[in-house]
Amino acid sequence: MTEETKGQKKKIIPKKNPMPAQDPAERIKNFHEVALGYTEEAALAEAERCLQCKKAPCRQGCPVEVDIPAFIKLVAEKDFAGAIKKIKEKNALPAVCGRVCPQENQCEKYCTMGKKNEPVAIGRLERFCADWELAKGVLPQEVAPPTGFKVAVVGSGPGGLTCAADLAKLGHQVTIFEALHVPGGVLMYGIPEFRLPKRVVQAEIENLKKLGVKIEVNAVVGKFATIDELMEEEGFDAVYIGTGAGLPYFMNIPGENSCGVYSANEFLTRTNLMKAYLFPEWDTPIKIGRKVAVLGGGNVAMDAARTALRLGAEESWIVYRRSKNELPARHEEVEHAIEEGVKFAFLTSPTRILADENGQVKAMECLRYELGEPDASGRRSPVPIPGSEFTMEVDTVVVAIGQGPNPLVPRTTRGLEVTRKGNIVADPATGATSKPGVFAGGDVVTGAATVILAMGAGRVAAKSIHAYLMNKKEQA
Amino acid sequence: MYKILEKQVFSPIIKLMVIAAPRVAKKCQPGQFVILRTHEEGERIPLTIADFDRQKGTVTIVFQEVGKTTRQLGALEAGDCVRDFVGPLGTPSHIENFGTVVCVGGGVGVAPVFPIARAYKEAGNHVIGIMGARTKELMFWEDKMREACSELFVTTDDGSYVRKGFVTDVLQEVIEDRGKEQIALVLAIGPQPMMRACCNLTKEYGLKTIVSLNSLMVDGTGMCGCCRVTVSGQTKFVCVDGPEFDGHQVDFAELARRNAFFLAEEKLSAQRWEESRKSAGCGCGCRCGGGH
Ligand SMILES: Cc1cc2nc3c(=O)[nH]c(=O)nc-3n(C[C@H](O)[C@H](O)[C@H](O)COP(=O)(O)OP(=O)(O)OC[C@H]3O[C@@H](n4cnc5c(N)ncnc54)[C@H](O)[C@@H]3O)c2cc1C
Ligand SMILES: Cc1cc2nc3c(=O)[nH]c(=O)nc-3n(C[C@H](O)[C@H](O)[C@H](O)COP(=O)(O)OP(=O)(O)OC[C@H]3O[C@@H](n4cnc5c(N)ncnc54)[C@H](O)[C@@H]3O)c2cc1C
Ligand code: SF4
Ligand code: FES
Repeated sequence: MTEETKGQKKKIIPKKNPMPAQDPAERIKNFHEVALGYTEEAALAEAERCLQCKKAPCRQGCPVEVDIPAFIKLVAEKDFAGAIKKIKEKNALPAVCGRVCPQENQCEKYCTMGKKNEPVAIGRLERFCADWELAKGVLPQEVAPPTGFKVAVVGSGPGGLTCAADLAKLGHQVTIFEALHVPGGVLMYGIPEFRLPKRVVQAEIENLKKLGVKIEVNAVVGKFATIDELMEEEGFDAVYIGTGAGLPYFMNIPGENSCGVYSANEFLTRTNLMKAYLFPEWDTPIKIGRKVAVLGGGNVAMDAARTALRLGAEESWIVYRRSKNELPARHEEVEHAIEEGVKFAFLTSPTRILADENGQVKAMECLRYELGEPDASGRRSPVPIPGSEFTMEVDTVVVAIGQGPNPLVPRTTRGLEVTRKGNIVADPATGATSKPGVFAGGDVVTGAATVILAMGAGRVAAKSIHAYLMNKKEQA
Repeated sequence: MYKILEKQVFSPIIKLMVIAAPRVAKKCQPGQFVILRTHEEGERIPLTIADFDRQKGTVTIVFQEVGKTTRQLGALEAGDCVRDFVGPLGTPSHIENFGTVVCVGGGVGVAPVFPIARAYKEAGNHVIGIMGARTKELMFWEDKMREACSELFVTTDDGSYVRKGFVTDVLQEVIEDRGKEQIALVLAIGPQPMMRACCNLTKEYGLKTIVSLNSLMVDGTGMCGCCRVTVSGQTKFVCVDGPEFDGHQVDFAELARRNAFFLAEEKLSAQRWEESRKSAGCGCGCRCGGGH
């Protein structure tokens, strides 16, 4: 905005500048990214929509309090380098968050523009800035002189990556231990290529390496060494646990171990991490049949249903116990799924999976539901309708009803307090656990949540770890 | 990258490799396994830790070439590397002094039995070893087994070595000869039909039998559920709850069905591999163009 236009009444443009996207008919045949990103023109036009509100309600909706009006102002001024710097003051992974944050429940939910019109497309602008920087090559960041302290980060999801980056910049020597053969956590094995290209994640990881962070893959903590051993034998002064919520829940209904029933984790890991969509060029296979039913209604379920289409399913169904209004997935993902031809069976849940004589899935017995009283989560709870049984023929079932924390680390760590559900107990303000020198955050603490919350937790923990180490130094 | 320090060829389809993997070697226990990937586009496959040397930081694997990945692995030589090697995975064998333990190894199953038999013996058990192979040329580690066990019986299905008979025949003779009261535990590891046959036999005698299951796997850390089996009517994950289970409680039929799920894809992969080998000379995936 220039000085002249300031103070003048702004012309309101009611709608967001549209996000260019691959045509649905085309994109269901490939795994390339669906949303193509703003052009500079669109970004400038969108930035102009921002009212630069004094109170910036959008900022309160952001879990890491990015200074949203400030970065949008810089975009409008074409100072993209300044804009990305502003974002990065608070958000370490903007290229990721710009793509996968549920903005409609966060910043954009509170945007003043959104009261009467569509909110400013904050997420799209964030992505634009981050992509601009990635295309140009990220500038090296400053690293403080070595402190001599060693920190272990367990798990390389968004929380672990953020914590590692912040600590490295403060001069600590950081090693990330990752169980799988590539770092990135859910960003690599869970969220599909068509929503979050893996090159974007790997670019963030390259930046981390430039900060001096060591990454040991194929390293399952609790197996090759426990947390206690890392601290006592390998000389780590502090540990951050960001092992996520990687344990798949099943329905516990008869027939669930039939051939053709996958957890969403298996289905997505085969496809994303092991690149089964490139079979037989890549060795890991996946099989989907003609008709796929995905159980659940979150981001994970949408990702599985859309993946199934791309793998060649003729029909891909979301089977969800509640109605469309309660779908927990991001709006954009639901819309994209509908555009692509994913079908929805709302108010439906299976009671049994039926298999043929070879153990191969052939159908699901289902019940229909209606919505009753609101439950603890405030959503109306589904109540089965007696006598509403029906059979749905399917070849593949993907169970996407949630994940819990993997018990491996809690079980092998002395003195680490966990909840009844197995989540690690950590102070939200500091990330401190019941064990001195051990901090935790992300899905392993909160249960399956979001990228930005995990990132925020990693950042909070990095601050506390730094304070803990500095305190340790003083005492020594 | 994890270097192959040594390779032994026991038969055209059974091979041993010693791999440099200090982190795994330091902590592994009998009964645990690794997951490896030979190259970037490769599949993650589980293989049991057949032996280890904590000082040298090495882990020994013995594998049978059954499909694409094991054949590709078998085509590598000492000095080559495997891309990924993660472990030790799974729950270690429960080792204590039970009294007399019978350890049955069928085919390539002799390799995983070896470290467990050795640990049983070190714990004070009288270990009766039974090892069998289809034919003489598939037999390996008789010497190591003789050392690990208190006594050892050897058999071949076709009678080409020592005697003719299945391991189950020998197992039955041992039970009859010693008396079932004298035997505290049976451990059986090998192809699924063999483990199943051992369990059917020991059930008749009421002899507790431990088996090590070889389900399909992806991550090996409890994250995907690909490896689930039904044991005592409950779903278990082989990679974290096992691989050892009470054989009398395992739903072997379900396991066999689940393991056959990708049969068509496995065939296609193996076929493509054979063709690429013919055309590229070496074809081990190293893209050397046949040079090594
Ligand atoms: C399919 C899918 C789609 C999603 N879509 C969205 C979305 O659109 N927007 C959004 O905001 N959120 C989304 N989420 C949720 C989001 O991805 C998670 O909340 C977030 O990744 C949690 O981050 P984290 O740092 O806690 O750990 P994770 O990303 O879960 O990573 C944990 C890492 O720790 C490793 N690990 C586990 N145990 C060990 C061990 N013992 N030793 C060493 N390493 C270990 C794991 O292998 C993994 O790499 C989605 C999740 C899934 C599964
Ligand atoms: C915990 C565990 C430990 C194991 N330890 C060993 C070991 O020490 N030595 C060894 O040789 N093998 C072992 N296996 C089996 C080994 O993992 C498989 O043989 C291997 O994955 C086959 O890969 P492939 O690509 O060569 O063949 P694929 O193309 O995957 O399969 C080819 C053929 O082998 C069959 N097959 C595939 N996987 C298995 C399996 N898990 N069990 C039985 N048959 C299978 C298929 O049905 C098919 O007919 C173990 C498996 C598990 C789960
Ligand atoms: S609330 Fe909306 S219009 Fe106001 S500053 Fe934030 S993004 Fe701009
Ligand atoms: S192999 Fe994935 S859970 Fe066991």
